[in-house]
Amino acid sequence: MELAVISGKGGTGKSSISAAFATLSEKVVLADCDVDAANLYILFNPSHEEEQVYIGGQKAEINYSLCTNCNLCIDYCRFGAISFLNVKVIISETSCDGCKLCSRICPAEAISMIDSNKSRMYAGTFRNGKMVYGRLAPGEENSGKLVNIVRDKAKTIAKAENIETIIIDGPPGIGCPVISTITGVDYVVIVTEPTISGMYDLKRTIEITSKFNLKIWVIINKYDLNMEMSNNIESLCLKQNVPVAGKLPFDTQVVNAMVHCKSIIELNPNSQIALQISSIFNKITQI
Amino acid sequence: MNKLDWSMIKIKKIKIAIASGKGGTGKTLISTNLFYVLQQKNINITLVDCDAEEPNDLVFFNGEKEKSFKVNQKVPVIDESKCTFCGKCHEYCNYNAIFILPSAKIIKVIEDLCHGCGACSVACNFDAISEKDVSLGTVSCFSNTEKSTIIEAKMKVGVFSPVSVIKEAIKEAGNYGIIILDSPPGTSCPFIQTVAVADYVILVTEPTPFGLSDLKQSVETLKTMNKTCGVIINRSGLGDNAIYDYLKQEQIPLLMEISFDKDIASYYSKGELFIKYKSEWKHRFISMFNSIIEKYGTCSN
Repeated sequence: MELAVISGKGGTGKSSISAAFATLSEKVVLADCDVDAANLYILFNPSHEEEQVYIGGQKAEINYSLCTNCNLCIDYCRFGAISFLNVKVIISETSCDGCKLCSRICPAEAISMIDSNKSRMYAGTFRNGKMVYGRLAPGEENSGKLVNIVRDKAKTIAKAENIETIIIDGPPGIGCPVISTITGVDYVVIVTEPTISGMYDLKRTIEITSKFNLKIWVIINKYDLNMEMSNNIESLCLKQNVPVAGKLPFDTQVVNAMVHCKSIIELNPNSQIALQISSIFNKITQI
Repeated sequence: MNKLDWSMIKIKKIKIAIASGKGGTGKTLISTNLFYVLQQKNINITLVDCDAEEPNDLVFFNGEKEKSFKVNQKVPVIDESKCTFCGKCHEYCNYNAIFILPSAKIIKVIEDLCHGCGACSVACNFDAISEKDVSLGTVSCFSNTEKSTIIEAKMKVGVFSPVSVIKEAIKEAGNYGIIILDSPPGTSCPFIQTVAVADYVILVTEPTPFGLSDLKQSVETLKTMNKTCGVIINRSGLGDNAIYDYLKQEQIPLLMEISFDKDIASYYSKGELFIKYKSEWKHRFISMFNSIIEKYGTCSN
């Protein structure tokens, strides 16, 4: 069973809830697919048993001993990445998209492509099973390919270790990495918060998830920070035909758990909030 | 604090990016409230919502839409009657967006993978490739007061990357007056595209282990880009103190602290600007802004 936790808006409590879910089952494979800001390794401190280099893309580089300043590459680049500045041709690393066209058309063969090889996938063991996570190097295009690698690894491990449950902590937003996170999972849980921004982002997130044939649930986190907005979100979910799995109150114990590098289930399993999260999890997975 | 000389500030320009590695730390809270206080001072100011996947700044303002335009990308269209299935376009495509099976005479463009670089058109020797526009999203401009504008980058749902829409929105903001860039979260391409044009970066974080870890990643990234930054700690009082030690050690200025306050959270949740109700924050925002523009602002013209 694969369950993905996503949120649209950041900071709604997605990772805290993923961490709680990951410590509810006996043994899980936990996949941190928020490859741009992976955080769960901080809580669970997994061992590093495996590391894989992920080639995120390429960047063009000029060999100035060959460049004749013909400026042809500038005309061909559609990303505005090449300019002529202070008597030489400059490629902006941040604007270069890695399409390789400049390198192909350069009459002097002065441009070569360099692999971006700083992103990584890690796999290891943590106290409640196995963990896989990705770390995207800064500035890389977050294309979702690294997310796929993390998910594939999680599935392979689950099969090899005979572990039934895979919990996926997803990225924020609605772009490619989110699509890669939810494609083909059994359950999607969208964590939202009772703010206008939260509701607005939830709408866009439901729109993207409903393009796939998935079982979607919503959790309204910190619902008591604005009861009226929580009610509005519930009506929205009703209208969109997306069930609300539960509402969780704002509770500083959740922050406390994070500070102590624990999930709320580990910190205080008998607390009201831990019991609520546990019943939400059971409801979603129908245990 | 010295009395502010607004006539001096009026002739200055600066681009300030409000960013954070972790989502939901309060980027939009800071961007919108800062925009509001400065707007009251009758200076030329533009707020650009660069969080194109989930733009939210407009929730906080009533503005009149002045214009909006679509951001398009070119994708190839292959004329199969001219195509010889030579495979050169497939070979030129660095994104695997052209699928070809020469033996079966099948060639398809996978539009989702295409970045619109035009390499396939250059590759084709048989004039079989033309291009069409596909929409990636919209850039909309709203006039808020006489001298203030909000520009929103909004990616279309289902599009893979927000970068093109963000770039166009930033271009639309021009290079005049005070420009606030409400950045997308993370440190990947969308973040880089936004902060690349900034004169100064304000990183908003929260004092938790997650907040600190993402802050470190943002700081390291900004270092490689030679960008100067300061930090705002939001929801202080929740969490722990490790972040303060980190700032001291890295000698990064702590620009402001906003303690966790249910009132502020409640105003935000309703789409209201807390600074309108808690006037003691006005001078804190302004003195923070002043310390930044004094050091990092440049003269207009």
